[in-house]
Amino acid sequence: MSATTAEGTAGLSRRGTAARLARRHGWTVGVYVLLFLLVLYWRTQTNLPWGPFDVQSLAIDALPLAFAACGQAIVILSGGIDLSVGSMMSLVNVVAAKYMVHMSLEEALLFSVALVACTALAGAVTGLVIVVTRVADIIVTLAMLFVLAGAALAVLEVPGGGVPVQYQSLVTIDTVGTKWLPAAILILLGSYAVLWLTMRRTRPGLALYAIGSNRPAAYLAGVNVSATRVLAYAFSGAFAALGGLALTAASGLGDPNSGTIYTLNSVAAVVLGGVSLLGGVGGLLGPIAAAFVLTLVKSLMILRGVDQNYAQVIQGTLIVLVVMLGGLAIRQKAKGG
Amino acid sequence: MAEHLLEARDLAKSYGPVRALRSADLVVDPGEVHALLGANGAGKSTLVKLLTGVIRPDSGTVVVAGKPVRVRSPAEAARIGLAPVFQDPALVPDLTVEQNLRLTGTDRGAVRRELRALDLDVDFSEQAGDVPLPMLRMIDLARALAREPRLLLLDEITAALPSDLAERVFTVMRDSRERGRSVLFITHRLKEVIATCDRATILRDGGAVATIEPEEGGEERIVEYMLGPEAAQAAAEALEQDADRAAPVRARAAGERPALEVEGLTVGRLQDVSFSLRPGEILGVAALEGQGQDDLFDVLSGEQTPSGGEIRAGGRPLKARHPYDAIRAGLVLVPADRLHALLPQRSVRENIAAPRYNRVPRWGAINMREEGRRVRGAIDALQIDIRAARQVRRLSGGNQQKVTIARWLAGGFTTMLCFDPTRGIDVGTKRQVYALLRRLAEDGAAILFFSSELAELPLVCDRVLTLYGGRITAELPGPAADEASLLRAMHGLVEGDEEAA
Repeated sequence: MSATTAEGTAGLSRRGTAARLARRHGWTVGVYVLLFLLVLYWRTQTNLPWGPFDVQSLAIDALPLAFAACGQAIVILSGGIDLSVGSMMSLVNVVAAKYMVHMSLEEALLFSVALVACTALAGAVTGLVIVVTRVADIIVTLAMLFVLAGAALAVLEVPGGGVPVQYQSLVTIDTVGTKWLPAAILILLGSYAVLWLTMRRTRPGLALYAIGSNRPAAYLAGVNVSATRVLAYAFSGAFAALGGLALTAASGLGDPNSGTIYTLNSVAAVVLGGVSLLGGVGGLLGPIAAAFVLTLVKSLMILRGVDQNYAQVIQGTLIVLVVMLGGLAIRQKAKGG
Repeated sequence: MAEHLLEARDLAKSYGPVRALRSADLVVDPGEVHALLGANGAGKSTLVKLLTGVIRPDSGTVVVAGKPVRVRSPAEAARIGLAPVFQDPALVPDLTVEQNLRLTGTDRGAVRRELRALDLDVDFSEQAGDVPLPMLRMIDLARALAREPRLLLLDEITAALPSDLAERVFTVMRDSRERGRSVLFITHRLKEVIATCDRATILRDGGAVATIEPEEGGEERIVEYMLGPEAAQAAAEALEQDADRAAPVRARAAGERPALEVEGLTVGRLQDVSFSLRPGEILGVAALEGQGQDDLFDVLSGEQTPSGGEIRAGGRPLKARHPYDAIRAGLVLVPADRLHALLPQRSVRENIAAPRYNRVPRWGAINMREEGRRVRGAIDALQIDIRAARQVRRLSGGNQQKVTIARWLAGGFTTMLCFDPTRGIDVGTKRQVYALLRRLAEDGAAILFFSSELAELPLVCDRVLTLYGGRITAELPGPAADEASLLRAMHGLVEGDEEAA
């Protein structure tokens, strides 16, 4: 048996609060700094006067991806992945555009709520399939990607449909007096607040982090792992619907392929936002900022007239570079501290 | 007599072909500290997991306070009043301690009170992943206590605790007894059982063989129950024989060129450490937690590069940048945590053959017949139980450790670095490991052997070095390395003349 003096316990040290805060939130702050720098650069690239319209268009452009990233982040934090996000967005987009055309604003809003509820349910079913069959999440959600993409094409084979004009203006027109704060941002902030409360202040929210961080430990601590996983996919479904609706409001059109790019872009935003793909580490503010960064990079390249194909190469390279540099910085800090 | 608190009858559980538990009975009375003993693979952990709902039994009944229960999940076990503390703390690393407590709906004030009673000061806003392992165990224990359980189940909680913390665990156990609560205590350390437990149930091959009242000097009797009468005698004899044979080996070793020489080694906590190790010799290392032994083994196994000093393997200087370099130079590591060395999802055969792939020609097929022969040889030499050979993770802890040693037997080496190789292994397997190391040394292997269990050092080693504050404080001949002298040297308390070395 090993013997130890009082030193044994005294050696169980702790670190300073400031260092801990920097370590926990450093990445998120970094992403916002990156966003700020990009916005500055963006301003130097246009000679036109910079106005509320630019902020609005950026916010509207970024909103679908921000929602998709939130849903994806929740699943990834819980230790899973959801590849069906994009197809779900397409499906919601075409269903909304097909049936909302002749609706009043109130009807359209009600219909939206129903759509979100339905997709949350669909997400829960996906989660249930994963939990019950024990097939890997990546396979089940990949299958869902095809199923939902097919369904979207079945609903609306070619782009078409539409939404009430007032529905579109929900995101486009400022609703709070100042033109600098688009409604899209407010909607996003509102959903973030709700999410933050759930994720950080309720037991199911903590359970999401717990099962992503160390599943056996969470189980031994009495967490209902299966129910929590189902919950994560339900969240993801609901947020994919919000993303799809944002897409519909922005374009005023239904397109069965409109969501396709969002599957992998949402994963990119989550990673860029500082969430560990292994689960358990990260928040939602980072991925939201990352969604704006990715959107801004894209529009910057359009602005500069970069070829579409090269634009993708550049975007991919950028993601790898940022994530790599971030990883290096963390390792450096770990060595120094 | 009052009714039993817990009565488990005929519990059975199989994993595929392996019957982890055949038919185990366990009766715990109110206010009793009850030990659960058994060799590795006897079914102790399985029994605890069944009782606490981590896994479900194939058959059998559990009665708690007169009521039959079926525990389907750890959460349900907590409601019935069964609170386990497992070997791996059930705290989620990426949440703070505070969030962990909220996650389980534990009263934070009560946990704080329990921690104060344990004389520990814990920052609840710290992330659980940043809290050192021994402290995490204590927090886990406090969390279990805060629920005021009727039965506290402690699964090898003292295995990696420094002795001052372990002492506090014993206090908790005695307190529980006074308050009429029961404790089920699992450990490999028989002394602890004799000192603190009222009764002990001993498991062998998945069944309960006896329930006894442990008494002073009764260790041998317990060991006999754990191993079965014949096996116990055989193990004891094997050890004696080896002890007799050890003497000539030592004499021969003195003449040869060292297998490993370390000169002025400085890295991490280590400062200016020098020693040499000859073929056929087992050199022990004894130290308190964190005195530089980790750095020493990391450097020698190629995981870390030294900041100063020289290492020579077989006379040639070794500058290892990668474990591959160290292995090529004949230095191989047997770590305390088996899972650091093994491929848990792969078969015993692949695990044993894995290090050999370093020497397989880069092009062309692996010679499977040759591989099979070597692997079988290693399995036979170590008496590995290969009923569950398809996946190493299904083997018991002791058998897993044998596989980590067997890998190097099949692969070939000159110096084996054993870092606490018997941690969490039962007495019977421990003795086999001692005998095995002796046999390896006899065949010419050099072995560096760190152990946190001081009693095993004089049994196994020819010489023992003690580390304190990164420096070697003493060198004792094996037979003279009794616990008292080791302890003194480990605390840096050495007589003047030895300090010069």
